Amino acid sequence: MTMTKPKPTGELQSALAGSERSLDFGNAWEYAPAPEGTEHIRIAPRHELFIDGRWTAPKSGKYFDTVNPATEQVLSEIAEANAEDVDLAVQAARRAYDKVWGKMPGKERAKYIFRIARAMQEKARELAIVETLDGGKPIKESRDVDIPLAIAHFFHHAGWTDKLDLAFHGRQVSPLGVAGQIIPWNFPLLMAAWKIAPALACGNTVVLKPAETTPLTALLLARIFEEAELPPGVVNFVTGAGATGAALVAHPGIDKIAFTGSTGVGKRIQRELAGTRKRLTLELGGKAANIIFADAAIDQAVEGIVQGIFFNQGHVCCAGSRLLVEESVHDIVVRKLRDRMATLRMGNPLDKNTDVGAINSKMQLGRIQELVAAGEEEGASRWSAPLAVPERGFFFPPTFFTGAGPSSRIAREEIFGPVLTILTFRTPEEAIEKANNTMYGLSAGVWTDKAAKIFWMSQRLKAGIVWGNTFNKFDPTSPFGGYKESGFGREGGRQGLAAYLEVSP
Amino acid sequence: MYRRAVSSPHSNLDVSKPNGFRVRPGYAPLLASPSVDAVMLEERAASFTKRSLKKATKVAGLKLTIRMMDLTTLEGKDTPGKVQQLCQKAMTPLATDPSIPSCAAICVYPNFVRVAKQALAGSTVKVASVATAFPSGQSPLDIKLDDVRRAVEFGADEIDMVIDRGAFLAGDLAKVFDEIAATKEACGPAHLKVILETGELATYDRIRVASDLAIAAGADFIKTSTGKVQPAATMPVTLLMLEAIRDHYYATGIRIGMKPAGGVRTAKQALHYLVLVRETLGDAWMTPDLFRFGASALLNDVLAQLEKERTGNYQASEDFSKE
Repeated sequence: MTMTKPKPTGELQSALAGSERSLDFGNAWEYAPAPEGTEHIRIAPRHELFIDGRWTAPKSGKYFDTVNPATEQVLSEIAEANAEDVDLAVQAARRAYDKVWGKMPGKERAKYIFRIARAMQEKARELAIVETLDGGKPIKESRDVDIPLAIAHFFHHAGWTDKLDLAFHGRQVSPLGVAGQIIPWNFPLLMAAWKIAPALACGNTVVLKPAETTPLTALLLARIFEEAELPPGVVNFVTGAGATGAALVAHPGIDKIAFTGSTGVGKRIQRELAGTRKRLTLELGGKAANIIFADAAIDQAVEGIVQGIFFNQGHVCCAGSRLLVEESVHDIVVRKLRDRMATLRMGNPLDKNTDVGAINSKMQLGRIQELVAAGEEEGASRWSAPLAVPERGFFFPPTFFTGAGPSSRIAREEIFGPVLTILTFRTPEEAIEKANNTMYGLSAGVWTDKAAKIFWMSQRLKAGIVWGNTFNKFDPTSPFGGYKESGFGREGGRQGLAAYLEVSP
Repeated sequence: MYRRAVSSPHSNLDVSKPNGFRVRPGYAPLLASPSVDAVMLEERAASFTKRSLKKATKVAGLKLTIRMMDLTTLEGKDTPGKVQQLCQKAMTPLATDPSIPSCAAICVYPNFVRVAKQALAGSTVKVASVATAFPSGQSPLDIKLDDVRRAVEFGADEIDMVIDRGAFLAGDLAKVFDEIAATKEACGPAHLKVILETGELATYDRIRVASDLAIAAGADFIKTSTGKVQPAATMPVTLLMLEAIRDHYYATGIRIGMKPAGGVRTAKQALHYLVLVRETLGDAWMTPDLFRFGASALLNDVLAQLEKERTGNYQASEDFSKE
């Protein structure tokens, strides 16, 4: 393994050079490699489309590779769905809606959804390993966060199926029909669960397009649907890249589009759907403010900063990527953050001790590198954790910037990587002004010992989720979604059902 | 960083030392200690238990655990014979395997310091004595200080004192501070470990205040528990005490030691504590000079795990001596 230790630059470097009281996280006690076993995992060399309950070769005749971003090895080739394939999938979903799923009583739909959740539990280890192989995230996270949460979403929504009339008191509810769903690569199975579980619970059928870099767990989910004997056509998977997604959005047989991904693509979809009968929910980008007050429990807030921005390599739309720290504690927060980041372990995502895995794709790594270079050019001080970068695979060390201007690119653009921009404020009013000074509004965090201050702040933050003294906590009972250009519509909780139901006035 | 220079009527000690810290009567230095968030503290503490420690890492960690162990007997029924046997065990935990190191110290009541000192002569194992009316600390200060001086006279290398929890909970922090400072003075050359009895302080915020207070008053080590009160050492409490040590190091460059006691019973738990130290304070603290385990049952479980790593099989419990 080649060591490439990124060097701190600028002011910070000189400040660090003179620091004799720094902690040393060296090799006094090395952790031996602890890789999760993969002997029992068989990934088929080729994956077809899943349409109408059958594995179907694509009309396009084309396949693309899905790659392990930690090794750059090809894992499997994946069918590329074209407009014709998408049409077949939508037709199958329509038939399943008209003939079976749309008419089925809620308590019967629940049995299928519960069965799916239980089958996912039985296959949790396989799902976690494949998620890590295909996407690069640490096995610790896929095992303890992604997969359990995905399962929880199915259990939660199975419970709603026969209680939908109670969710919207005194109103009539009915399903929308066929939902077209397009999901991102950062939480492949979890995003599939967020989309499929409520759609099915509400009586809709689904055509889902997984992200092209991470299709494997969605296709494992299709196998689970087969085992659960979900009626053919209720959920269809069409794999492919942007063109496949565009075909799904444009298809006239779709009643609703649910999209999670970039703000740029979200805007294109919204323009495309203008004037059509199709419903739309969008969950887009973010540049969340994580706000640390001087009266916060600083050591615990530092944990929250790390969870907020380095969880899943920062590939999180609600990541706490803008740290707003009260000026009086800026130096101590930065010092503690630096020492904490030095303890992170980056490398083989399958190693149970890995904290920071691989960047999802070469393209994303390029985007991160470009924005970090822009930050340096704009004069901000960069500090990267002194971690060894593996020779192969796409990796980027956890990094933060201090001294960035509020109008700089790193303070305004979503980096979608393990890069934090640290800004300061002096008063709560200033914190609000700076936090809201963004085109996004997905999430925010507030760290203070005063509960009243958390409420005062959360009333004024223009963000769909505000975490108090914690960050990146998810639960199927809690609605998730954005303000402003972070999108509209909510996923999860009672509010999330509305995205998949016609609710009478 | 959290130091306050104020005068106290209870003490005539020189407070111009680096650790100098005084508390004005009736003034709560709670304001000077950072608050602790229980949810995130516990979450972080739990994250250390997820590290996977195998093979060479495990063996190195377990041997370090033995080197950090204060092998302890603190019972009314302690006898010279029992203490002598414990000393043998501390020096040679497993006679059949010379690669097994000695423990750091044995920890006994003052009455057994001489016996222990004699039994341990020529070895690296130190003698730690509890003192200051252990375990309650509910005696007049002069008696507590005499307890300390006698233990040191008998040959104790280290003194494990208890703070006056009654005074602490009644808000008389100055009394707690002054007693620690006076005990430090009475220790002379002996190292001072200050037992907070965290199970009786009950809240994380109070434990943080007590940690800061003890460090400022002159503790060489801060220690969680007497072993007589439940809960004794826990991972979150140890983490937050290490955070107090870290803040003191940032502010002064002085390294204070840490001793979780009573509650670490298995080899696996001990390894989790080592992860906690390694990832909170770093390499400098991975030494018996700055980290100790106060335990009695732990040693045999560590030995059993080491034998398992060496031979591939678990040994019967009879294979390890009982003292």
